[in-house]
Amino acid sequence: MRLNLTVNGRAMTADDVWEGESLLYVLRERLGLPGSKNACEQGECGSCTVYLDRVPVCACLVAAGQAQDREVGTVEGLADGEELSTVQRAFIDEGAVQCGFCTPGLLVAADDLIERVPEPSDAEIREALAGNLCRCTGYEKIMAAVRTAAERSGGTSGSGSSAGGDRT
Amino acid sequence: MDFLRPAGWSEALEAKANHPDATPIAGGTDVMVELNFDHRRPETLLDLTRIEQLREWSRTERNGVPTVRIGAAVPYARLIEELGTTLPGLAMAARTVGSPQIRNRGTLGGNLASASPAGDGHPPLLASNAEIELESVRGSRTLPLADFFTGVKRTDMAPDELIAAVHVPEGTGPQQFSKIGTRNAMVIAVCTFAVALHPRRRGVGTGLGSAAPTPRSATEAEEFLAGALAEDGQWDDPRPLPASVTERFGELVARAAAPIDDVRGTAGYRTHALHVLARRTLSWAWDEYRSGTELSGRQRCA
Amino acid sequence: MSDTHAPAHRPQDLDDAIAGGVGESPLRPDGTLKVRGDFAYSSDLWAENMLWGATLRSPHPSARIRSVDIGPALRSPGVHAVLTAEDVPGRNLYGLKDIDQPVLAEDVVRYRGEAVALVAADHPETARRALDLIEVDYEVLEPVVDAELAAHDDSLPKVHPGGNTVRYQPIVKGDPEVTADVVVSGTYTVGMQDQAFLGPESGLAIPAEDGGVDLYLATQDLHTDRKQTAAALDLDPELVRMTMSGVGGAFGGREDLSMQVHVCMLALRTGRPVKIVYDREESFFGHVHRHPAKMYYEHGATRDGDLVFVRAQLYFDGGAYASKTPVVVGNGTTLGVGPYDVANVSIQGWGMYTNNPPCGAMRGLGAVQPAFAYESQMDRLAEALDMDPVELRIRNAISRGDTTPTGQVLDYPAPVAELLRRVRELPLPEAPAAGAEPDIRDLPGGASNTTHGEGVVRGVGYGVCIKNICYAEGADDFSTARVRLQNVAGEPLAMVHTAAAEVGQGLVTVQQQIARSELEVERVNIHPNDTSVGPAGSSSASRQTYVTGGAVQAACRAVRERLLAITAERFGEPAAELSLSGGKIVSRESGVLADIAEVLGSEAIEETREYHHRETFPLDERGRSERAQVQHAFSAHRAVVDVDTELGLIKVVQLDCSQDVGKAVNPESVVGQIQGGSAQGLGLAVMEEIQVGEGKIRNPSFTDYLIPTILDMPPMNVDVIERGDPNAPYGVRGVGEPPTISSTPAIVAAIRAATGRDLTHVPVGPEHIIG
Repeated sequence: MRLNLTVNGRAMTADDVWEGESLLYVLRERLGLPGSKNACEQGECGSCTVYLDRVPVCACLVAAGQAQDREVGTVEGLADGEELSTVQRAFIDEGAVQCGFCTPGLLVAADDLIERVPEPSDAEIREALAGNLCRCTGYEKIMAAVRTAAERSGGTSGSGSSAGGDRT
Repeated sequence: MDFLRPAGWSEALEAKANHPDATPIAGGTDVMVELNFDHRRPETLLDLTRIEQLREWSRTERNGVPTVRIGAAVPYARLIEELGTTLPGLAMAARTVGSPQIRNRGTLGGNLASASPAGDGHPPLLASNAEIELESVRGSRTLPLADFFTGVKRTDMAPDELIAAVHVPEGTGPQQFSKIGTRNAMVIAVCTFAVALHPRRRGVGTGLGSAAPTPRSATEAEEFLAGALAEDGQWDDPRPLPASVTERFGELVARAAAPIDDVRGTAGYRTHALHVLARRTLSWAWDEYRSGTELSGRQRCA
Repeated sequence: MSDTHAPAHRPQDLDDAIAGGVGESPLRPDGTLKVRGDFAYSSDLWAENMLWGATLRSPHPSARIRSVDIGPALRSPGVHAVLTAEDVPGRNLYGLKDIDQPVLAEDVVRYRGEAVALVAADHPETARRALDLIEVDYEVLEPVVDAELAAHDDSLPKVHPGGNTVRYQPIVKGDPEVTADVVVSGTYTVGMQDQAFLGPESGLAIPAEDGGVDLYLATQDLHTDRKQTAAALDLDPELVRMTMSGVGGAFGGREDLSMQVHVCMLALRTGRPVKIVYDREESFFGHVHRHPAKMYYEHGATRDGDLVFVRAQLYFDGGAYASKTPVVVGNGTTLGVGPYDVANVSIQGWGMYTNNPPCGAMRGLGAVQPAFAYESQMDRLAEALDMDPVELRIRNAISRGDTTPTGQVLDYPAPVAELLRRVRELPLPEAPAAGAEPDIRDLPGGASNTTHGEGVVRGVGYGVCIKNICYAEGADDFSTARVRLQNVAGEPLAMVHTAAAEVGQGLVTVQQQIARSELEVERVNIHPNDTSVGPAGSSSASRQTYVTGGAVQAACRAVRERLLAITAERFGEPAAELSLSGGKIVSRESGVLADIAEVLGSEAIEETREYHHRETFPLDERGRSERAQVQHAFSAHRAVVDVDTELGLIKVVQLDCSQDVGKAVNPESVVGQIQGGSAQGLGLAVMEEIQVGEGKIRNPSFTDYLIPTILDMPPMNVDVIERGDPNAPYGVRGVGEPPTISSTPAIVAAIRAATGRDLTHVPVGPEHIIG
């Protein structure tokens, strides 16, 4: 089937899509956007998190045909040209990236969190990111990155100390 | 494989009538896993995400009872945000489903259609005596949820039927939901338990998940507790529940279970945990009732 | 390979401008690519005209193959090749230590998931449907599933013709029959853990005009992959060119071959690029796991708490193929008493073949299992002696100058007692304010609302461990680095080229830091890892900063020497008087002589160096060796755990670690390694286990194989000390593995403290706690 959708603000078309394909497959293999990652393909890891009509979802669980005429936002769309987004910058600065395979999904989930909750508590960060598995970092530096991103986005929370207890 | 994209409800019903083998897909949180892992290859996928009315909920009255009619494709995230005070038990259960991404996408209708014994939405619906509305080109019918589940991942749905909505009587008393998993987030239930106090009709509702081939209520426990509360005049003059009552309630809930051993837990553990959860959730619900919050069951930190 | 055949997403040079030398914490050079989604992981690659490969796997743990019929699959539209064992061009065997595993099964299959046939097709779905059409006639056999039984029962079927023992190793020190005042014993078991790296096994093979093949892949060791792949393909290794693509984590799971030979066979047969990407389920069958173990321990001590003896029998289930089992037995036995000074030791270790899933390398290789047992024993002993468990450990801690059970004298710092004291002093979590309503997300069960405080008891526990760093027992362990210094637009630029796998740990950052410090230049680019430079060995055994760091240091120093020699000649100053500083060449006598770039002019200086660490020696039949292992690393953990004692649910509240890293080349990355390693140890402690029944994995998915989420991993206090190893470059000590090892026993000790239960198996499940 033919699929028309908008990805990161651009109208895109994929042809000869097999109906059993996921949105993730279409993005990665047909639209040249492999930033969203294929780690579990069962909604358990969040590596493929994308915005679908501005709501974060697992792209692996969206049937390709369900994305027809929808707006999709991927990790590739977070930066403004050369300028990294606040969340992207914070992940680099705080050392929240190791192998980086979970990073694209985490960035979209964190971007959404800060959009909805400008000053998230640690408990809110943890609940919001509970669907994004990371095997490298032990999450501490991811916590720090999200705190930093929230601060830089205008939130007024305190320092992003990484030890000694969560902030409430 | 065909991919059908009906734009409206009647078109969807016609599509299902013409393709009774079609697999409905909404949130995709079950269907896509089966597709991705080659566990299933349906001839036809029937996409329900474009049907606006399935994504709506409304307050109605059914048999004189204020009821919420929830369209089958309302995602969990909206149950939490929009129905947290009206249907607290369901909202608490919705909060334990998968991850935020899953809750944004997964739907109550999908949960029911999959009919997994572990479906998180089922126990609070059972505890609230919810009904399910099925529709086909032949017409519409509504049946109690308890009659809908016929076996492990099997339901009473006819091949041409789709789930239109779920009717859930509004809570009139405290509701609680607990779910056991071996991780602190994102787990399929080892077992779940829901309890709802219904002060207006002086009744008690329960629901057990991952505890039997189908979600079920602990009828004997409900009757015991309702009887004990009535006998002691507790509804009108609530006092602390005697330990013998909570303990007996826990026992009867555990007795209602018929669990199995599987990769997520043993039958013995499930039975034990249900006993504990029943005791605890009852005590929380009762504390709330005593504190005078007639309609609460709010989550402690929602 | 010509560029016209290059994949669309290809490994990139890392050339971000980042400053920072050894001891600083510069940012990763691949960070920007990774956050933009532009970093080319192996599963992201794509080539024009590309086909998809798929693998048919055995449904049985043990069976004889009577016949394979590929006809219907081959005739299926869109299918371009169907290959079986007959099509393996060269040696149909591979392996890291013992060459015992077929590329494709011939007459028997030895585990459920063993590769039997391959398909290349124009779409993944076409390939999957073709797999269904391959008919394999199996004669199902009774599997061998119990490693301990396999070690002692000769009547069991032989998984391999040579018998079921992969390696047996005893270690004897002092008097194995000695007696002691107080003796405690226990039997401990460790479940099968999975590396659960997020990036699935994947590779893109592109056939080349010279008859060879270019493989872009994610691996831990390019050259070892190439050696095995070339032998199976019957090609000169020079014709098998491998290039590292982005690696989505490894943790040991990419040491063995997975799709390497398969994807090359399909590409060579079809003459087209072929890509294989495993899905998560196939990944569970496609790589080795951590060895499950059963361990019998007996500890004897004086009434004062001095260890008199340790005796142990360790059984490691290697599964169907040897993989790293010999090393697991070596590490497990030599490190089996832990970081303690024990005069009398008798340890026997068996690594066995069974028809269970093959087990091999995972972070903490062979040291994780005994650490759970010996630390459990130390707690048990402390209880029997009525001693503080930390004091007992400090009293018996090994230190510099002590002799290990293998007879090796530790000739470098071993600050075990110091680590224990330090971790004990780290701040404990604040108790919740009295009367405050707890947030359920902070309690066991979290948002699942299983407790509002009922049944919750807090416990504190400690664990400490020892891990050998680098390859051991006589392996020639080395790495190679090529460093090229040139003038680019008036600025000196260093290019570092190695085959050392960046698997996420930050090796690329470390290489840049070393080059900046050694060459006093700002700009250092990292060339993609490939086989056009010499071997680096595997990114395993916590060894890369040590050996590849050493090789980069040596190559930089060779470059510097040449640069200074050229300068000396040009300026007539003795080279010994010259040094580099801030991009300039400085003479002790006359100050700044010239910019480095200026001296280089249009010439580039390139040097390639190998770094070999100190020689190690094999164990003899009593487990003696002058130096079995080149270095040891130590870490200590303290865990604070809340347990719902009625439901058996667990919330780790805080996990603190003190670790000696010799020299922190990149302090922030060190902390990241400790946090990540600790999380994997937490996973093993409370949730991670591949459940195997009758040889079959029962939970091959992330739905049922659970790894810690951000709600499971608590805040950490990380305390890093630097007691340099005089034998290692910059004094470094391996960092990656120890925190995975000591966190597990610390958490279990805390659960025991909260519950009073014995807890002899990890992961600890609710059933173990409620009894």
